[in-house]
Amino acid sequence: MTTHETPAAQPAPPVLRLDGIAKTFGGARALKGVSFEVAPGEVHGLLGKNGSGKSTLVKILAGFHAPDPGGVMEFNGEPVSLPLRPGDFRRLGMSFVHQNLGLIPSLTVLENLRLSDLTAIGRGVINWSAEWRAARDALARFDVPLDPEERIDRLSAVDRALLAIVRAFEEVRVAREATGRPGLVLLDEPTPFLPREGVEKLFTLVRSIAAHGSSVVFISHDIDEVMTITDRATVLRDGDVAGSLVTREATHEQMVEMIVGRKLARAAPVRAVHAAHARPRVRLDGVASRTLRPTSLTVGEGEIVGLTGLIGSGYEELPYLAFGARRVTGGTLALDDGPATALADLTPRRAIDLDLALLPGDRQGASGVDSLPIVDNMFLPDLGRFFTGGLLRNGRMKREARQLGEAFEVRPNDPLLKLSALSGGNAQKVLIARWMNRRPRLLLLDEPTQGVDVGTRQHIFAALRQAAAGGMSVICASSDAEQLADICDRVLIFARGAVCEELVGEQISKESIAEACYASLDRAAASSPVNGTPS
Amino acid sequence: MTDTPVTTASAAGSGANLTRLFERVALILVWLLLIGGFGAAMPTSFLNWGNFAILFASYAPAALLALAIIVPLTAGDYDLSVGATLTLSSCVIGVLNVWQGLPIGLAIALALCAGAAVGLVNAFFIIYVRIPSLVVTLGTTSLITGLVQWMTNSSTIGGIDNSLVMAVVGGRFLGVPYAFYYAIAAAILMSYVFDFTPLGRRLLFVGRGREVARLNGIAVDRVRLGALVTSGVLAAAAGVLYAGVLGSADPYSGLNFLLPAFAAAFLGATTILPGRFNPWGAIVAVYFLATGITGLTMLGIPLWVTNVFNGGALILAVTISQLTRGREASDIG
Repeated sequence: MTTHETPAAQPAPPVLRLDGIAKTFGGARALKGVSFEVAPGEVHGLLGKNGSGKSTLVKILAGFHAPDPGGVMEFNGEPVSLPLRPGDFRRLGMSFVHQNLGLIPSLTVLENLRLSDLTAIGRGVINWSAEWRAARDALARFDVPLDPEERIDRLSAVDRALLAIVRAFEEVRVAREATGRPGLVLLDEPTPFLPREGVEKLFTLVRSIAAHGSSVVFISHDIDEVMTITDRATVLRDGDVAGSLVTREATHEQMVEMIVGRKLARAAPVRAVHAAHARPRVRLDGVASRTLRPTSLTVGEGEIVGLTGLIGSGYEELPYLAFGARRVTGGTLALDDGPATALADLTPRRAIDLDLALLPGDRQGASGVDSLPIVDNMFLPDLGRFFTGGLLRNGRMKREARQLGEAFEVRPNDPLLKLSALSGGNAQKVLIARWMNRRPRLLLLDEPTQGVDVGTRQHIFAALRQAAAGGMSVICASSDAEQLADICDRVLIFARGAVCEELVGEQISKESIAEACYASLDRAAASSPVNGTPS
Repeated sequence: MTDTPVTTASAAGSGANLTRLFERVALILVWLLLIGGFGAAMPTSFLNWGNFAILFASYAPAALLALAIIVPLTAGDYDLSVGATLTLSSCVIGVLNVWQGLPIGLAIALALCAGAAVGLVNAFFIIYVRIPSLVVTLGTTSLITGLVQWMTNSSTIGGIDNSLVMAVVGGRFLGVPYAFYYAIAAAILMSYVFDFTPLGRRLLFVGRGREVARLNGIAVDRVRLGALVTSGVLAAAAGVLYAGVLGSADPYSGLNFLLPAFAAAFLGATTILPGRFNPWGAIVAVYFLATGITGLTMLGIPLWVTNVFNGGALILAVTISQLTRGREASDIG
């Protein structure tokens, strides 16, 4: 399966060799000295949980982060001086395909494919017919039958991914022609949003790239995919290399164990008989969207339910769907003894009136406005309450904001400061205070502690627990297993758009959640996946 | 030990407060300097109350226009069509009152309705068809201008009912014709809405963060529509004032107000409440610009300087707000 262009007698040096690459952020060591090699013509898998260091490593190679001094990097046997500058990777013969693909939707296939060439400084007049031929040839070389004139936004998700990969490889090919050495394409989670048959096409493309003599690093959380496409795989765990495997000789279980860091208890999945919680507070029935299959969920009064899964599994949509903030394809919401509301008719306004609250994950884009004062951000949904006698009582708002800021330990606690004057953690306290102060029946959270320091985290958790003890129900979507383990009474694991496992009480731990995320994948595949037929 | 950071913080705070105070009044100080400069050059002709009374009245339509613009600007939309709407409104009054013989009260009411209609058309294309506001209102500007030329046969209509003229420039308070006080009344009403109603706060959030506003239960589309209709009606009211100041309807000169009004809106956002489009800032800015133009004209500087002054002021205003506000987001991204 591996194709070497170089004669076997003199083994070619690895395309990429890293030794002792470390990275410290503040006091935290994201990478503790990673070493690994990618052979020429090899497809090399890179696996690991969230926070294992995968993305830090990619960003070092892309020149976004400078590694700690002392690491060694060689490309085709030649030492490369670290840190790399952004764009250096291109000169070396490396190319990246990130999850967002980096295509411009309003331009054509041709323009996107030749983007870096067409916009190069010092370039003369564009010969469009020559460009057209070059694009057609590039697409034909990899058997990707796209019309060079087609606009990107008219392409399917699969075709876009294929185009991005062809472009990455073309960049590498140009560099190779200059140096005569193999290149390297890094694919960073290219598959989570692709349908099954699209993944097959993508794999065919990856194989033909390897057959052309370049190497591919395939970064994924999907063990099945890594088993299918790679020759070898390296697993990162907590910033360290947990091990390297020859894929053909490895088993699925070995990989999961390496990722999670301990032996998997592969007992029958514990389908919890959920302890009858005080009394049901929220009933979500058949909630469905384009990425979520019909999902039903009951949350008890004062219960904190966590939602998690791997990227693209659909869990992160649920808080928004339950709040009427995104388009559903079906489902109802009922609170306490109230009637069921069709989610299709629910708007954020109505949800707020029903005593729901949503804290979105995108703090600056969806949760608060940085350029406006803390007090206004805090009381945005409550303005009506402060409007008496024909006047908005700015003084009373300010006083209450100060009290609320005190209670939530906002530092500095000056309600007239702009939200941007606060650290990420303090800004999050303001926004969480906004909702908790309303004493909602159900609080919906999406990644509530992203970009939040440890101290603030603990503070937010304590506030959540206290409010839950007072009867507030919480649904918390998060990719952070540790956080879920800290606060949740129950954790639902999603895979391929559906709940596939439920962890309750004592079963919940950071490890068991991570484990369930990976173990769930094949179980979900066994049932009918939302994306198509399983391979 | 705990005291140290607190004292430094408050010391830094009072320093910041002084800077902030200076920022708030800077434009007023520059205005006073400008008056002082022209006054020194022309002690008798410039520095007399009669001169200022005329200046305050004749720029009242521009002031109202600047107020009209800041409503959709605060909600995050440009309305370039206010200049054309001003012309439309004054010509509707001319055509209906002079040519068709309708009572002046009815003519004014219909002129305001025309302004609301322009706002609705703009809102339809901006909000529901999702075309950038700059493009839509540029289009409606040309559309309305053509309509006005058709309506008036491209001629100035004189002889508008004297009661309108009397109401606008007939009476004086403190020597200043009433026209000025209409603009002030509008500014008072607007600063009430902006600062002392939930609506004003919602408008601000819609402009700064549409998604934030939506997820906090604000009907974003309705707020934007309301802002555009309001700017249409206010621009039409400016047209009513303009018809009253001139005593006639001029199908051409209204567009000349657009640039100074925009310049004033942005310049106004650097003063009184720096960083926000605000009514009092806009009023101060309009009269700052008016003072500059009047003074230059009286010094006998050629006409082209007026355009250079207005255009320069617009760019300078936006530059100042960018520089002082580098640390924060401005209203329009």
